[in-house]
Amino acid sequence: MNRFSYTRAASLDEAVRALAADAAAKIVAGGTNLVDLMKYNVERPARLIDVTRITGLDRIEESDGGLRIGALVPNTNVAYDARVEERYPLLASAILAGATPQLRNAATTGGNLNQRTRCYYFYDTETPCNKREPGTGCPAVSGVNRIHAILGASEHCIATHPSDMCVALAALEATVHVAGPGGARAIPMAEYHRLPGDRPEIDTTLKRDEIVTAVALPAEAQAFRTNYTYLKLRDRLSYAFALVSVAVGLEMDGGSIRRARIALGGVAHKPWRRTDAEERLAGKAADRQAFAAAADLLLEGAKGYEHNEFKIDLARRAIVRALGQAAAGTPQSQVDKRIR
Amino acid sequence: MPDEVSVSLTINGRARRLDIAPWTSLLDLLRLQLDLTGTKKGCDHGQCGACTVLIDGRRMNSCLQLAVMQEGREITTIEGLAEGGRLHAMQAAFIERDAFQCGYCTPGQILSAVALIEEGRAHTRDEIREYMSGNLCRCGAYPNIVDAVVDVLAAGGVTMKEAAA
Repeated sequence: MNRFSYTRAASLDEAVRALAADAAAKIVAGGTNLVDLMKYNVERPARLIDVTRITGLDRIEESDGGLRIGALVPNTNVAYDARVEERYPLLASAILAGATPQLRNAATTGGNLNQRTRCYYFYDTETPCNKREPGTGCPAVSGVNRIHAILGASEHCIATHPSDMCVALAALEATVHVAGPGGARAIPMAEYHRLPGDRPEIDTTLKRDEIVTAVALPAEAQAFRTNYTYLKLRDRLSYAFALVSVAVGLEMDGGSIRRARIALGGVAHKPWRRTDAEERLAGKAADRQAFAAAADLLLEGAKGYEHNEFKIDLARRAIVRALGQAAAGTPQSQVDKRIR
Repeated sequence: MPDEVSVSLTINGRARRLDIAPWTSLLDLLRLQLDLTGTKKGCDHGQCGACTVLIDGRRMNSCLQLAVMQEGREITTIEGLAEGGRLHAMQAAFIERDAFQCGYCTPGQILSAVALIEEGRAHTRDEIREYMSGNLCRCGAYPNIVDAVVDVLAAGGVTMKEAAA
């Protein structure tokens, strides 16, 4: 790990000022991703600004009929919060599908949003990587690419975003609240993560001098509390990143769908949504034909590489299965991994 | 070279004030500076769980925790579990159930299992396995590890349920 200076911020203002004052500084909270990347020399900050002692960012609060989750709330505390379990069980389920109890205890809400890809080439400083060193190339395109993107990729980068939590937040249409030298602003989840394009080194629309302060869950998303699922498919049953995951929230009207939200994980540089697929489900009977039509739209333009072609069919089947689970009100268990 | 930072924390009940280089992990602090070598370094990347300790009662990977960030925290390692020469119930259960072979992952397994009991969410063998999934055992002692956890749960009055068919 490189040598760096350490600053413990006592307030959000102090953290924002310290970050603005040092272009080579990074924010640290749970450390589960950043410290790991520092051990691999992928991240080499000259200064770490510890935000864990800032008061007020560690709470889950009622807000506009929904909930506002402070950036420092650990993943465990979100997943087991009684209000989250009752009103946004999709979020609780997605968080529990990811990582391990140890990591969920340490990892924070803000850090989960800002975690980097798990692309092997990004982690390996002996290889080129446009995300790590812009302009050096992307070995994944013609290399080992089993875990890589099938949607929204570019010739410069085919990495995926690894989060489970963010897939649920996308489906729930959460809002990310951030603070910077210019004040506070709110970023809709759909705009928070970006596609790689020709700037794959930029993961999000968070500016370099901004800090995530909270994630807000809208009141309307409570309508999905009965008919939801988070279906995650991976190489082993626990503690593995998704090859494909599907977050579904449905608002049902008897046997037909009133409103649908679907987000995919493990397939793109950001949680993947297609609002036209969601709109197509509105007013339709909840049957396999409707689910398959939605899957076709979600996967429109999907492109496989040498080792991940299988993801296209896997994603199609996972979408249909997840919509069935949600419509039936039988969400995927994150303990008993049998897929029903 | 950036400065060391003065940090006050409690380790296994003993208050300490230490000067720590910012890039020192909690794991390296325990093993290299304090000679508490019961906590093991396996992968050093949060993937194996051998370095699991309790921080303010919550299980975490000490390899991914920076020591300078532990100001005011209470750390419990495997050396802090026994009381007055009496093994913790989980330590005794691991011996009774032969829940290890080489023993390298064992301190992390035991700390993780102690936290699992405290969290109170495991009521089936499936749940124990899922909530212990952050601790790998290269020797494959998993069935006996689950047996040990079941014993301690049962001794605490928790009735195990059958997993859903």
